[in-house]
Formats: sequence, structure tokens, C-alpha cells
Amino acid sequence: MGASEVLTDPSSLYDVGNGEYSDTYTMLTVRNALASVQNGESDRYEELVQSMQIIKGADHAVWADLVTILNALSGSVACIDIIHHRKLLSSVFGMSLWDLKPHVMDALVGLLISLAATSGKYLDSCLNMLIGHFVPPRWVIDRLSQRRVIDQKTDVLSWVHGAILKISLLVPLAPSRLLPMLAQQMPKINKKDNLVVMYVENLFKLQSSPIGQVGGSMIFMMVMERLRDLDLEIDWDDILQDDSSRGMFDMELEDTMNEGEENTSGGNVVFESLDKLMVISFDHLESCNLDGRLDQVFEKLFGAFENFILNTYKSKVSQFLMFYACSLDPENCGVKFASKLMDIFLSSNKPRPTRMSAVAYLASYLARGKFLPVSFVASMLKRLVDECADYCGACNDDIRPEAHQIFYSGCQAIMYVLCFRMRSILNVPLFRSQLIPLESVLMHRLNPLMVCLPSVVAEFLKQAKAGGMFVVSDSFIFDDLLESELSRAFGGPERLDTFFPFDSCLLKSSNSYISPNFIYWSMVRPTYEEDDDDEEDAEIIVNGDEESDEEEEEGDLDYSMNKMSITPKHSFKNKMERDRLLKMPSMIRHSTSPESL
Amino acid sequence: MEGLKLTNAELMVYIHPSKSGNKLKAICRELSSLLFQYDETFDGVLLAFDVTVKSKGAKILAGLNPYFGVKVEASLLLFNPKPNSLVEGKIVKISPETIHVIVLGFSAAVVTDIDIREEFKYRMRNGEDCFVSSSHKRHVLKVGTMLRLQVESFDEEVMHIAGSLLPANTGCVKWLEKQSEEALHMDRDDHKRRKIA
Repeated sequence: MGASEVLTDPSSLYDVGNGEYSDTYTMLTVRNALASVQNGESDRYEELVQSMQIIKGADHAVWADLVTILNALSGSVACIDIIHHRKLLSSVFGMSLWDLKPHVMDALVGLLISLAATSGKYLDSCLNMLIGHFVPPRWVIDRLSQRRVIDQKTDVLSWVHGAILKISLLVPLAPSRLLPMLAQQMPKINKKDNLVVMYVENLFKLQSSPIGQVGGSMIFMMVMERLRDLDLEIDWDDILQDDSSRGMFDMELEDTMNEGEENTSGGNVVFESLDKLMVISFDHLESCNLDGRLDQVFEKLFGAFENFILNTYKSKVSQFLMFYACSLDPENCGVKFASKLMDIFLSSNKPRPTRMSAVAYLASYLARGKFLPVSFVASMLKRLVDECADYCGACNDDIRPEAHQIFYSGCQAIMYVLCFRMRSILNVPLFRSQLIPLESVLMHRLNPLMVCLPSVVAEFLKQAKAGGMFVVSDSFIFDDLLESELSRAFGGPERLDTFFPFDSCLLKSSNSYISPNFIYWSMVRPTYEEDDDDEEDAEIIVNGDEESDEEEEEGDLDYSMNKMSITPKHSFKNKMERDRLLKMPSMIRHSTSPESL
Repeated sequence: MEGLKLTNAELMVYIHPSKSGNKLKAICRELSSLLFQYDETFDGVLLAFDVTVKSKGAKILAGLNPYFGVKVEASLLLFNPKPNSLVEGKIVKISPETIHVIVLGFSAAVVTDIDIREEFKYRMRNGEDCFVSSSHKRHVLKVGTMLRLQVESFDEEVMHIAGSLLPANTGCVKWLEKQSEEALHMDRDDHKRRKIA
């Protein structure tokens, strides 16, 4: 039975009543027009193609005709030939839902679903066309403040997502074709528009749909990769040039506190994009949590983090996606994150920088996560201490710092966490007893106290002494900071010794999500009594400080870098540098901020 | 259901040295990357596999990364519906012009009105799209029905089957089997009657 036979006897197939007669008739006409091309007659076909051209300002009758034709084409997909009807197909795929009335959108989407599901040849083109709608045309972007345009955007995107879902229900392997296309069509970092942000909104919508079950991890990978790209796009030097007397971090925090000021006043589009992207990612994670599927999503999120962020040095903001996910579900995600980082650190077949980075993340996370119970922090510390103690036991004669980088990074992580948590941990005898092997680790001839970052060691020793954790020998009170050259050696050329990933969230909007669950240094109650009058004793505040008069202007750049906890540009040559090394990696200044205690 | 076949194969799986810690996992990972894809060597879509490593020896490839090749014996479940073979799948959508079917949960199959035999008429019953046979009123095709269809063509790239309901031995699987059972009973009864006579 061929198409021509069907055409001659429509009633053989349809018995749907007279009301449908006109539709059936149109379908027959369209099928005849399509068949005529193969017979060498193209007049009716050309007419059909012509009638699909949309004219601006067309009246209702034209739209109605278009709907009829699209519906007829939906029923005639089997008669469409990819070679003979190329013109027709290109005009279908050239249409845009943004230009159409809702009832025409319905007809076009119906045709696309029909094309995609009826023949494998059109599947890719249909999916590509639908994805193309994730980024609206210029006229829509320019008018996004208007209510009508916002409604239209919602309409169009719901049609697009509905169509993609229907196609994937009819063609189960459609998601596997869709995902590479999504990655390919992802807008590059655009300097002018927030196209990436709009695109990612749609990706998250897909992630929430049944397609997310199949392609969820790929979607997170795409988003993480773009976040990382934007993150790395931020050039510290450029930012500092904006106002050499102000660190970017100051600006962010001050503006967060003084609402109304624009933190991106310098027109830093990358910052804006990154901030928006982080915010929609946070919102998505929150909605996943509300739907009760955060635990499942977290696995995919961690996979993306491990692939794109963990080994990215100087990642400033993207990692807070993990922090936020953990804060939403500390019992599951929070514990899982720390355990996974610990596993990476302990896994001997992972590369050294990955293991060092993992323990830096772990330390920073355990120190900063307000939502983490002390018992959990103590148990993680115990694992680290035991690991370091075992390492000391198996250590050979080679005591060059370069040969024991993993060990030193573990020691530094323990000390860093204890700087934040020592008081609460020492208050519980069980936790205190778990830390007993630490003393022997620190006294070992590998001498971590001399190798780890002096600022961390100094603060740790100060608290350990005050808390009576163990007897601190005076020889450890640093009088020669040049020893920190050793720290350089253990940190390697990447200076992983100075990497504290969760030091602070630098972006205004993103920070509002993070700060409620974040332990700022100013909130930490050290074991020693604070003495505000003592100018020499560095009181340690991580965030929320205001400008200090004692900072010399020429030191601002380095000082800002310190605050970001990126590799400090220390020269280790003069006294001023040495003084700064006495401070904590993030920021050490007199507390004047409202957050400080 | 045709188009499925079980094959034994001897394969050489090349593994990255970093995966040498857990070779079986690495082998499974390599083979898993072939799942649900048409492979010319296998002449079909790999649906499942079971591997056994026969020898402990491995061949190391010279090069920047010394991949090592492990010889494995694998039994492979392949899917390759040839034209005119009969496959079965679940109907997921019916419109006056098409019947959409999913075969084995992953392959989309479509029967267009051109390939639906005249016996079937499109009807709307209780708000549900269906095709009803005009000669056997109980032979109904609706969403959820297991359909037996004849393969017209198979697009290996997107695993798409163009099907046909023109042959008489196609249609609702349940109905067709009931018919053949009844036919068998009738044959037996005839046979008995003839014997008695």
C-alpha cells in the first residue's frame, strides 16, 4: 500500500466524522503537493513552501492557514522526503517560536514532535531547533523588563521543554543525542549579555525533568565547566587596578553590608554573570532539596566538582556550589562531601596535586561549615591525625619537604581546622583524647611545625598553648620566619600550601546564600583571651573587616591577595613581609566589623 | 520476537595503565561504553555482555601510554532487526496517522498510516485513540498494547525502526497468540472428531 493509494481513498483510514473532513481534505492536498515533487511537478509544492513564510503583521486568516498547513504536515510526515523536500524542511527548521502566536506554536511543536518521532533522520534537526530557543532573540533580551515579554518567554520555553520531553518519551534514546548538542550550543562567555545565565536556567529545567535522570550528570558537568571558565576569567590584576587602595574582597563585603551600592559598578560583566549563574545554581539545588532529590543530585554534582573544580587552582567562587549543597542537607550531603574528599586524599593512586587540593578543600570545609557538628569534625580530624601518625611511623630518612608533600598538607589541614574549632573540640574529653597522637606527629623529625604555613602554625600553637592541648616548646614560637621557605617547598610550584578554597564567597548575591552557614574568623572563639589593646598580637579576623590604618598603601595588593588566600606574593625578604606572615592566610587585622566578636 | 541473538566473541580489550588496579572493572567499563550503540564488528546493537578473562597474560602496547591488551571471552546479546523480521514493542502513542512503539525499552518504532493494513480503522474510544480491526472487533490497538510489527528498515544511528502492520501476522501480540491457540484447539478437535469417525 503506497501513499498514493491512501490519497485516493481517504475514508479507508479515517472514520472520524464530518467535522474532520476539512482537515482530512487539507492533509490530502498537502500529501498531493508533497508527492507531486517526486513526479517533477513543483508548483503546488512551491505554493506550500511559500505559504509557510511568516509575514510580519499578518492577519488572523494567514495565521489560521499556517496552523492548518502545519497540522496537515504533522499528519503527512511519512510523505516528506529529506532530499526532495529540503526547501520545506529548511523553512520549518528556520521558524522560531518567538515569532509565533500561541496557537501557531502549538501546531509547529506538534509538527516537530511528529518529525522527530517518525523518522530518525529529523531527530537531530528538531532537537537542535528546540535547543536554539534556550537563548531568546535580541528583541526579547532588550525587552525582558516588560511583563508581556516575560510572559512570552515563559510560554515559549514551556513549549520547548514540553516538546523535548515528549520527543524523549517517544524516542527513548533522544537524550543521548540531546546532551552533546546542549554542550555544543552552550553560549561562550559573553561579554555583553547574560546569555549563559539564560541557557543554564534551561539546562536546570531539563535537569529537573525526567531527562535529568539520564543526563543529569552531563548537565552538571556543563554548568560546572562554565562556572569554572567564568571563575578563571576573573583577573585579579584587572580588578585591583580599578581601585588600587581597595581589595575586591573589601568591596564585596562592604557592599553586602551596605545595601544599595553596586558591587559591579566597574561594569565587570564576568562578575555579574558568575554571580547570577551561582544564584540560579543555588536556587536549583534548593528546589532539588525541596523535591527530596538533593541526595541523588549531589552524586552528580560531586562528579562535576571533581572533574572541573577540584584541580582548578585559584578557583574562587564555583566551589561554593558544593558548600551550599552541603549546607542544605548536612546529614547526607555534608557528610558525603567530607568523606569523598577524605577518600581522595587517602587514595594513593590519585595524583599528588589532586590529593593536596582535596585535603585543602576538606580543611577549609570543616573549618567554615557552620552546619557541621563538632563530633563530625572531630571524627574527620581523627582520621587525618591517624593517617599522619601512620605516615610518621613509616617515614624513611629523606626529610626534604618536597618528598613529603602529602604528609605536610595533611598536617596543615589538621592545624587549620583546629584554629577554628579548637575550643569546642577540647571541651569534649573524648575528642581531646582522639587528638593525642597529633603531638607525636608534630614533634616528628619531619617537623611539620617548621614546614607548614607559618601563619597557620603560629595561630595553632597559640591556641594549643592556651587550651593546654600539649606543652608547646618555646622553640616553636617563630623567631625566624625565613624557615617558611620550607613551606614553599612543600606547597610546590602551585603553592597548594596557601590554598584555602572556602575562605570567603566573593560575590554579593552568592554570598547572601552562603553567609548564614559560614563561619567567619571573627565568629571564632579562640582558646586564648583576646587582647584588643595589644598592637603586636595579631588578632585574627577572616572576613568582614574594614580598612585598617596600619596597612601601608604599597602593601595593599599583596594584602588583598592574602585575603583571598591565593598564593601570596611574599618576598620573605623584609620585616614587613615577615610581619604579614604572622597573620592568618585570609586576613589578620584588628576587628572593627560588626561580625567580629 | 526476532532480531535478538546471542554471540560468543573473543575480544582484546585495551586498558589504560592507570586502570590496572581493577582490571575486571576496567574491562566492563570499556565494554559498557559500547552498550546501546550499533557496532559494525558485532553486526548489531550491544544490549548486554558477560565476560571472562581466560588468560592472566596481557599484551603491552608500545607508546607514550603503555596500554595493555587483555584477551577476554565474552557472550554478547545483540539486537539487529533485519527487514521483514518481526519485533515486538509497547505502543506509546497513537494518532490517526501513526502508531508509536518502543521496542525493548530503547528503540523507537513507528508505523505510519501507509503501512497500516486497511482492516484497522482509527477510532476514538472513551477519549482514547485506538485502531480497531473491522474484521475482528476484539483486535484493538491502543496505548499500552504490546504490538508485533514487521521491520521495514532500521536506522542504526538513532536505533529507529520503520515498521509495518501490513502482514496478517502482525498486530496485538495477545490477540494474535489467542488466535493461534484457538486455531490449535480447533485443529486438535478436528483431529479427534476424525479419529472417532
